[in-house]
Amino acid sequence: MTTILGVPLQALLGQLLVGLINGSFYALLSLGLAVIFGLLRVINFAHGAQYMLGAFAALLLLKGLGLNYWFALVLAPVLVGLFGAVIERLFLSRLYKLDPLYGLLFTFGLALTIEGVFRWLYGSSGQPYSVPELLRGTVNLGFMFLPIYRGWVVIASLVACLVVWFVIERTKLGAYLRAATENPVLVQAFGINVPLLLTLTYALGAALAAFAGVLAAPIYQVSPLMGTNLIIVVFAVVVVGGMGSILGAVFTGYMLGIAEGLTKVFFPEASNIVIFVIMAIVLLLRPAGLFGKEA
Amino acid sequence: MNPLLEVSDLQAWYGESHVLHGVNLHVNEGETICILGRNGMGKTTTLRTIMGILRKRRGTIRFAGEDMMGVPLHRSARAGLGFVPEERGIFASLTVDENMTLPPKVAEGGMTSDEIYTLFPNLLERRGSQGTKLSGGEQQMLAMARILRTGCRCILLDEPTEGLAPVIIQRIGDVLRTLKARGMTVVLVEQNFRFAEKVADRFYLMDHGQMVEEFPTADLPQHRDALHRALGV
Ligand SMILES: Nc1ncnc2c1ncn2[C@@H]1O[C@H](COP(=O)(O)OP(=O)(O)OP(=O)(O)O)[C@@H](O)[C@H]1O
Ligand SMILES: [Mg+2]
Repeated sequence: MTTILGVPLQALLGQLLVGLINGSFYALLSLGLAVIFGLLRVINFAHGAQYMLGAFAALLLLKGLGLNYWFALVLAPVLVGLFGAVIERLFLSRLYKLDPLYGLLFTFGLALTIEGVFRWLYGSSGQPYSVPELLRGTVNLGFMFLPIYRGWVVIASLVACLVVWFVIERTKLGAYLRAATENPVLVQAFGINVPLLLTLTYALGAALAAFAGVLAAPIYQVSPLMGTNLIIVVFAVVVVGGMGSILGAVFTGYMLGIAEGLTKVFFPEASNIVIFVIMAIVLLLRPAGLFGKEA
Repeated sequence: MNPLLEVSDLQAWYGESHVLHGVNLHVNEGETICILGRNGMGKTTTLRTIMGILRKRRGTIRFAGEDMMGVPLHRSARAGLGFVPEERGIFASLTVDENMTLPPKVAEGGMTSDEIYTLFPNLLERRGSQGTKLSGGEQQMLAMARILRTGCRCILLDEPTEGLAPVIIQRIGDVLRTLKARGMTVVLVEQNFRFAEKVADRFYLMDHGQMVEEFPTADLPQHRDALHRALGV
């Protein structure tokens, strides 16, 4: 059997794949956080709850309305995005004039409330969501068996990240977003409805989190606390990548997922903390993050 | 005929600090007026308040017959007001072309891209560059060019010649004369009245948040000594 540094190749590739899957979720979630932070200057602590809402929306759409995974993949982000828009209009928009700490505290409270309500309604234990028919089974890659659904998650998240990048860097709407990130007052003086742009951006961030939640539903159990556990790691990813950098968030997400996977092979005991160790080192050497601009 | 822009007893505050103390001015359609005044007298604040950026304000602002006091900032441009800020406001994360096309068109009759690039040929060569990689003069040209596309009726132009070389200042003068020929209304803020006298029809002198003098360009010679003293140049 082939080994690398005394580790069987199978195990190495297996953990690389796990790392890539986790990295896909880190990338999607930190991308949403970076987009929201860039324009709204709000650290969205409710991001994990919005991810959980996406997964629950998929589960409830299936159980309640019989709508399958593919409907959920479209409908859950739309529903959670609308919810985000309402939250931004009713609450967040009133906090921009205040210290950024208020936005953080509000979204933190919102996350606790949403998770509390879901725990009360559905209990803390996870509920399974089955892999859609089309994506069941494995393919033999020659060197390993790849579960098709996992391959799909990697591709779907890559495509979603690319689409968001394209919208922001190459379209008119993206030009408004970038300009408003730099100087919202001037953009509004040019006749663009910046308050509406802020609402749309928050909705987009929430929708991205929900999309990740639907992707996650068949892999992890659907539970009210699924976002809480993940979001702490995602915040570390954002700190490493640098707040506000779109590509930085995506790239760092995949890299740290893979770093975590590799650590599981070579030093399993450290795999749960490796991202935080990297975060500490980056904070010491480059406080603005790998891709952030030094203030 | 009613003036296109009419401001009376305009007061404005930054937080608690009262900066405009009853500004009165009017601008007729097609006219270029120039506001002179020393640093910190409230010239920029006057433009920002007319535009609707500074919201803590009192008094009246009528533009094209419309009361502008209750109009939200993003509707000012739609009403036909164009704003070119003192710091130029070129966006670093946008290319020259993206900067140029950022402000939406608000009416027919704005300049076409061809006309703009004829007026500002060096912007054409640098279309793909990052906006803030341009020289100071080019950034000023870009800041004006992007407003000319929109079809606005009146431009609020804040110290366009500040810190620029004489040849560039001359180009900006040419542009202002071209605009005048097209019937554009301009509110120009300047400290350089040798430049302003070549483009303006009328002058206001601002002092501590109020207009203290108003005279047509033809009367500039008899005000010259007083202006030298007032502006400290
Ligand atoms: N953002 C602000 N917050 C508080 N005070 C301000 C602010 N901007 C300007 N001021 C004050 O308002 C007064 C008028 O400033 P303004 O910028 O309108 O002057 P100005 O005539 O345009 O001067 P300059 O020729 O230097 O551009 C000044 O006393 C200035 O210190
Ligand atoms: Mg000024």
